[in-house]
Amino acid sequence: MTQLATILATAQAALADVTDMVGLEQVKARYLGKSGELTELLKQLGKLPPEERKTAGAAINETKQAFEAAFNARRDALAAEKLAAQLAAESLDVTLPGRGAAVGGLHPVTLTLERIAGLFHSLGFDVADGPEIESDFHNFQALNIPANHPARAMQDTFYVEGGDVLRTHTSPIQIRYMLNNPPPIKIIAPGRVYRVDSDATHSPMFHQMEGLWVDERVSFADLKATLTDFLRRFFERDDLQVRFRPSFFPFTEPSAEIDVLGERGWLEVGGCGMVHPNVLKNVNIDPERYTGFAFGIGLDRFAMLRYGVNDLRLFFENDLNFLKQFN
Amino acid sequence: MKFSENWLKSWVNPGLSTEQLNYLLTMAGLEVESCEPAAPAFSGVVIAEVKTVRKHENADRLRVTEVDVGTGELVQIVCGAPNVAEGVKVPCALPGAVLPGDFKIKPTKMRGVPSNGMLCSGKELGVPDEVDGLLLLPADAPVGASIRDYLDLDDHSIELKITPNRADCLGMRGIAREVAALTGAPLTAPALPAVAVTLDERRAVTLRADAACGRYLGRVIRGVNQAAPTPDWMKTRLARAGLRSISAIVDVTNYILLEQGQPLHAFDLARLQGGIVVRMAEQGETLTLLNGKEQALDADMLVIADEHKAVALAGVMGGANSEVSDSTQDVFLESAYFAPEAIAGRARRLGFSSDASFRYERGVDFTLQAEAMERATALILDICGGQAGPVTEAVGQLPARAPVKVRVARVNQVLGLQLSADDMAAMFARLGFVAQADGEGFLVTPPSFRFDIAIEEDLIEEVARLHGYDNIPSDAPQARARMLAQPETLTPRGELRRRVAARDYQEIVSYAFVDSTWEQDFAANAAPIKLINPIASQMSVMRSTLFGGLVDTLVSNLNRKQARVRLFEIARVFLKRGETVEQPERVAGLAYGGRLPEQWGAKSERVDFYDVKADVEALLAPRVAEFRKASHPALHPGRTADVLLDGVVIGVLGELHPQWVQKYDLPAAPVLFELDFAALLARQPVAAQPVSRLQPVRRDFAFVVDESVEAGALLAAFEALNLPAVTGIGLFDVYRGKGLEEGKKSLAFKVLMQDTAKTLTDADVEPVVQAVVACAAQHGAHLRL
Repeated sequence: MTQLATILATAQAALADVTDMVGLEQVKARYLGKSGELTELLKQLGKLPPEERKTAGAAINETKQAFEAAFNARRDALAAEKLAAQLAAESLDVTLPGRGAAVGGLHPVTLTLERIAGLFHSLGFDVADGPEIESDFHNFQALNIPANHPARAMQDTFYVEGGDVLRTHTSPIQIRYMLNNPPPIKIIAPGRVYRVDSDATHSPMFHQMEGLWVDERVSFADLKATLTDFLRRFFERDDLQVRFRPSFFPFTEPSAEIDVLGERGWLEVGGCGMVHPNVLKNVNIDPERYTGFAFGIGLDRFAMLRYGVNDLRLFFENDLNFLKQFN
Repeated sequence: MKFSENWLKSWVNPGLSTEQLNYLLTMAGLEVESCEPAAPAFSGVVIAEVKTVRKHENADRLRVTEVDVGTGELVQIVCGAPNVAEGVKVPCALPGAVLPGDFKIKPTKMRGVPSNGMLCSGKELGVPDEVDGLLLLPADAPVGASIRDYLDLDDHSIELKITPNRADCLGMRGIAREVAALTGAPLTAPALPAVAVTLDERRAVTLRADAACGRYLGRVIRGVNQAAPTPDWMKTRLARAGLRSISAIVDVTNYILLEQGQPLHAFDLARLQGGIVVRMAEQGETLTLLNGKEQALDADMLVIADEHKAVALAGVMGGANSEVSDSTQDVFLESAYFAPEAIAGRARRLGFSSDASFRYERGVDFTLQAEAMERATALILDICGGQAGPVTEAVGQLPARAPVKVRVARVNQVLGLQLSADDMAAMFARLGFVAQADGEGFLVTPPSFRFDIAIEEDLIEEVARLHGYDNIPSDAPQARARMLAQPETLTPRGELRRRVAARDYQEIVSYAFVDSTWEQDFAANAAPIKLINPIASQMSVMRSTLFGGLVDTLVSNLNRKQARVRLFEIARVFLKRGETVEQPERVAGLAYGGRLPEQWGAKSERVDFYDVKADVEALLAPRVAEFRKASHPALHPGRTADVLLDGVVIGVLGELHPQWVQKYDLPAAPVLFELDFAALLARQPVAAQPVSRLQPVRRDFAFVVDESVEAGALLAAFEALNLPAVTGIGLFDVYRGKGLEEGKKSLAFKVLMQDTAKTLTDADVEPVVQAVVACAAQHGAHLRL
């Protein structure tokens, strides 16, 4: 029996010495292969007398099982070592920058427009649009601004050959929309507008947004509430002070300028008023049955206030270093 | 309209601080644009009379004076001003005075001589003065009195932004009337007695334009002294209204303009020949105006003429041929009402505006002319002397003031208020409107000074103003709830915009008016839509392509040392189509520099046509566009494709033409695209198809073709075969070089097959393979072996 113990001890030592699967299999073959030591011992069992055969067989099997256990343990250990080595070899520098394309971004005025459109959308306002080269009718006359009206001097107009104008405000979109859609009407109309004006605080092309709500019994109180609500949501300040100050626009009456109280006093942010009955008549809406309010704001100005931009011209210089801040 | 606060207070004094007054005016629709103090804050300055002047023993440029400041004792003050002299009256800051800039006056010694105060210049007090040196005061200035009181320095120049509807507030009279209406404070107008007529001379006035001239008053005043100085009180009020003193007569007409809002004009009587005719300008008539410009007059311009010639452009500006000058001894004074329609726009047409035209085109009180004439005559006689003749008056058509119906319920409905009829009646009374109860409201007759009250809404606005916009409620509106349509056949604009940005393009905004050479270069457009009044020649035509703005923005960013630039813009372009103009919206992009941002893990390669093509395809997805070789003036002729959807060209894609790369000084060519935005938005909602669970089969083919064969032609031919069970055909490799002849290329295609009913066998696949090979052969392609 000491022979078996010696074989096992030698085999265990051999297993411990192997460093890879090939060596491991060689050790296995040496003991359990066709002419392996333990296999040979089993083959010789038949030569033993019957009374010894049983105990001897049991002893050999025990040794064989012990060997197999040792073999499996070593195999698992080698596999684990190998995996560990592979994992260690595959380790990455996770701090290297990601690979591939970047993303661009939207212009701050567009971001402002989307934000405002979203707020008005939540109140059921749809978005309308119109051409930028406009007829005198849509830009002025239908808005109650006849030729020679002093209000025309308030807006320095670009004229194109043929007598049309570059729209001086987004108000002509109102006219086009009302001519094609019966009340109730709830729209906003953003767009580029043009005035002959260019200095530190004026651009000859800039962005406005018009709003219009026409229905039965729309009142000046509704106008105040809607715009106050809008301004507080836009600037995310529930305590924002908003004031409506009497003013004059040919296409609204009563008219008001909208001021908000900033750190340096009242700041004008837009104009508004009840749609003038002449305007409603010009678009075949009965002013006795329907009333409405309209307002106009400067999108560039809102973008400046919201994002702390102090120079309007930055919006039109398209310096990527400026624009990418908004991505 | 700029005016002195103290002048206003002399008409109406509601006991408000300057700040309160400004708020009141602003919230009544008379916006205070600016409010400047007449002088900066200072104290302790009184009027002194210089009694003695002697030389300073230790300084050549200093003098030692003794001045009387009304205390009974003379005060010794050292002074360096060149114009100090015995007998002059000047401002004197006594010890304890604080001058502007927090400059404190203390007893001191100057070069060893005690000095107990400082004699002041206008500059030192912040008071405008043309004299270099001490501010010299009139001989009758009261010694010892506060200079602030004497010069009325505790005053403000208030400037109002008067909206076009409120011409009645273009004079002190109107502003005072408004303040009285808003506050209830009493209004004290200066007395306007008729002056004594001491001259029996008149000029006939003939009205030949009744509709344009409602009233014309004229009067001869003889023997005026043009050299007489304008009194200081008037100069001060004019100065605080922003007007320079010119001559006594001109100052008086300006003063009445400011006080009453009534423009006046004084002609040199000697230069008028015969009577006055008010008529429309004649064909070809010209007139040199007071501004020195000779103007050709239009037939719709009203003129004041004598028997031979036009002498003034009525309501706008006088003529140089009848101008009052230093030698004028006799004047003819005009006070008239001209209809707004007869004046409106004329001055603007001639390229200027005048105080008179500004008022007439907005509406001047048509009952005011006689009073203004008397007030002006009285002031002229007072200041310049002379003798006034009787007033000649001619009357044409005066505006009617029809009563306007206003309903109490309608006012409340429009404003969201609950005012009573009595509340409204009280407001109308305060405004000077005659309101007669009439059924459910009032019949309101507007006064002659208001030109903006013609319909019910005009009165609703007045009620809102007097009630106060602040006092109108602002509760959340109650309205019928309706959902908005959201057609799935249209991609939301914002989604598309963000899709472009997600492909690494930065949105820009560039001007719609561009340099005409851009139109030539990038659109071969020799006849773009021109602006009649551009602000600069490089912004003179409307663009028909967005390429110019993109290339220009590329250039400016390369100048700022950007190496990789990817831009897009969504905007309208302007296309002449015969007599009409089309203004479609487009989305255009530009890619320049590296395909990817510079990075460690990818080779640095320049962006090319196919990169941008993938961007365009992504924008159009799920629809698949056709790309067809094309030419475009801006783009490289061999590297340009039209983009088609359903056979219709919706845009273009290509590399910038080398010619423009050179001209615009670009280090390399950018790739550009421009697509019709509306075409991009259209889409179909998805109609889902069943998905097969059976095994797919793939077969690959490599075909050798001539270089000139387009891959798209083969792909289209395969698609057109409509082979059974084929679910997709795609190109996955292009090979040139070893193993191929010169001028040949190998195109590798994959064909995917899958049936919904059965697993495909070789017997199913083989005919498809044969059909593809046969089709390729028809296009000169053979299998690469």
